[in-house]
Amino acid sequence: MFEYAPAPESRSVVDIKPSYGLFVDGAFVDPASGGSFKSVNPASEEVLAEIAEAGADDVDRAVRAARTAYEKVWGPMPGRDRAKYLFRIARLIQERSRELAVLESLDNGKPIKESRDVDLPLVAAHFFYYAGWADKLPHAGFGPDPKPLGVAAQVIPWNFPLLMLAWKIAPALAAGNTVVLKPAETTPLTALLFAEICQQADLPAGVVNIVTGAGDTGRALVEHPGVDKVAFTGSTEVGRAIARSVAGTRKKLTLELGGKAANIVFDDAPIDQAVEGIVNGIFFNQGHVCCAGSRLLVQESVADRVLESLKRRMAQLRVGDPLDKNTDIGAINSAEQLTRIRELSDAGSAEGAERWSPPCELPERGFWFAPTIFTGVTQAHRIAREEIFGPVLSVLTFRTPAEAVEKANNTPYGLSAGIWTDKGSRILWLADRLRAGVVWANTFNKFDPTSPFGGYKESGYGREGGRHGLEGYLNV
Amino acid sequence: MSERVAVRKTYKLFIGGKFPRSESGRSYLVQSANVSLASRKDARDAVVAARAAVKGWAGATAYNRGQILYRVAEMLEGRREQFVALGVPADEVDAAIDRWVWYAGWSDKLSQVYGGANPVAGPYFNLSAPEPTGVVAVAAPEEPALLGLVSVIAPAIVTGNTVVVAASPAAPLAAVTLAEVLATSDLPGGVVNILTGRLTETVPTLAAHMDVNAIDLTGVADAELAADLEIKAAENLKRVLRPAPADHDWYADPGITRMTTLLETKTVWHPKGV
Repeated sequence: MFEYAPAPESRSVVDIKPSYGLFVDGAFVDPASGGSFKSVNPASEEVLAEIAEAGADDVDRAVRAARTAYEKVWGPMPGRDRAKYLFRIARLIQERSRELAVLESLDNGKPIKESRDVDLPLVAAHFFYYAGWADKLPHAGFGPDPKPLGVAAQVIPWNFPLLMLAWKIAPALAAGNTVVLKPAETTPLTALLFAEICQQADLPAGVVNIVTGAGDTGRALVEHPGVDKVAFTGSTEVGRAIARSVAGTRKKLTLELGGKAANIVFDDAPIDQAVEGIVNGIFFNQGHVCCAGSRLLVQESVADRVLESLKRRMAQLRVGDPLDKNTDIGAINSAEQLTRIRELSDAGSAEGAERWSPPCELPERGFWFAPTIFTGVTQAHRIAREEIFGPVLSVLTFRTPAEAVEKANNTPYGLSAGIWTDKGSRILWLADRLRAGVVWANTFNKFDPTSPFGGYKESGYGREGGRHGLEGYLNV
Repeated sequence: MSERVAVRKTYKLFIGGKFPRSESGRSYLVQSANVSLASRKDARDAVVAARAAVKGWAGATAYNRGQILYRVAEMLEGRREQFVALGVPADEVDAAIDRWVWYAGWSDKLSQVYGGANPVAGPYFNLSAPEPTGVVAVAAPEEPALLGLVSVIAPAIVTGNTVVVAASPAAPLAAVTLAEVLATSDLPGGVVNILTGRLTETVPTLAAHMDVNAIDLTGVADAELAADLEIKAAENLKRVLRPAPADHDWYADPGITRMTTLLETKTVWHPKGV
């Protein structure tokens, strides 16, 4: 293996303040309770900043600010002007993309090459895409005069902090809603920098409000009687609780939840390409991806060859400093998530699957987990059923296409799936039968603002991205 | 000469293309007839029948589904007088027939209207298309008994879903008679299953059923019951159509939301290259 000299991205481009307030009605304010929590760099456990914790009173204040902005400013504003604000935001994100990327990697632990080359370009593109819709809503296919819903409560996860913010805020604002967004408690920093970007864009006060905090803050937000729309990305367990909490209300709900995607490799697939796809499917973003290809279904006749090649490739993966431009796999986002990955991996071994990781030196401080595969996995194993949300792949085999479909669909989830084969008719046959919202054929983990994303079954409902992404924010 | 003694009809459930009595052996007197009083077990049996029918119905061509829905309209037209005799106003029967025709035409058009190619920023083919969600439980509106019923069944099945419908408890005869229409329209058994009886008995079972993908609460007038059913539906994240407002105009253009709420959008990516 090549030796790589360290190539660290400079931190000097970011200016992290010692503490952050809540972003309500266009200004940073202290929370009523005065509570706070710390955001740490998961790669070093260094405290990055002290973050205000929003209580019920603060959430109420933010929702009222959003309501006023909706009624007085953003709702009545012509679509072409809303569009211009969104275009401004998109440009500011491009202009400050290095700063945002470094901050994202510091707060989240993801490799700089991913935050720089995947997250940030997609964030800007998402705002550009929806900016253009703001003055074209009557042409979006939802009738001649679709209307916004009002105030949207949005709760997002820690795996793609800024990208999930973009997926939530861009369509909501384009459709004419105002928002109160709660970023995840372990990754609030880029959302707070986004708040500064809203100020820089002269976005009217109250159109975007950011309330930081943990589960209680999120609950207060989605259960607030003043919100008309709830959008959540996160675990199926929390999604279920939210679906219950909005029962009997007027609130429109979209949920983007967990997954346990099958990545299906047939014997005629180009092995090297498939192995790249498997690696990208499960090790991209440390496997902290709801649509990760966490179950490899490989045709029995090529299983040995694929696994041998996969192990060889895994041995080349560089795990370490997220700010190093050569790093492939960064830090696990939190101690809590690391505990969960360890617990499920231990269950994999205990239930009889065979565990393998390449030799891999992990840093002493911070939260780390070596890329891992399990072979000899059965469908009954916990590691084949439960979402691990880490760099852990469960390998199962199949003989016939029908068996591949059966196994792929044998999960309560239905977010994504992968197919690797050279035979076009087989791709289309299989794509028809997979119960999943996104099917990647001979590719994996591709995203685009024009492409609807979202799940079947217990992976949630509603779509984000594309024309479909507007529907959740309109009264249609 | 004595007057002819009429042959009366037994009003039964419609499950899996057959007309069974309630497994509970119960009936209730309504509209001057003894109508089957469906049990929770009947509701579960209906879900089994609906699930079994999904593969064939969702897998049928859109053209074929459209033909069958149009055939339903033809059969209903032929039985127009029968519904009028049950007390359904003639203009409601006409509207119900026309609604089948309207939805029949949607079968091979909705994918084009609601799906399409996505211009992604890269060398990829990317296509989104809607698919049926699967088994849909439906609480039919109390009234209009026929038009309301048709207006909740047709949008669910035209795209390939199968349904278990709890008919209007106060006016179930139109529902059972519609089942007879469906049974003679080339509609595969199990695509539509109709339960008569109390909503409070069958619908909670359907809302909590783990093999039901979506629930349409249109006919649940009691707000508290509707909220409770929505809570039950959250267990496996069923897609939910909330109750219709009391003043809903069933004669107006239905729009496409009833269809799209019961659809999943699947997006397929493939690289382009040589």
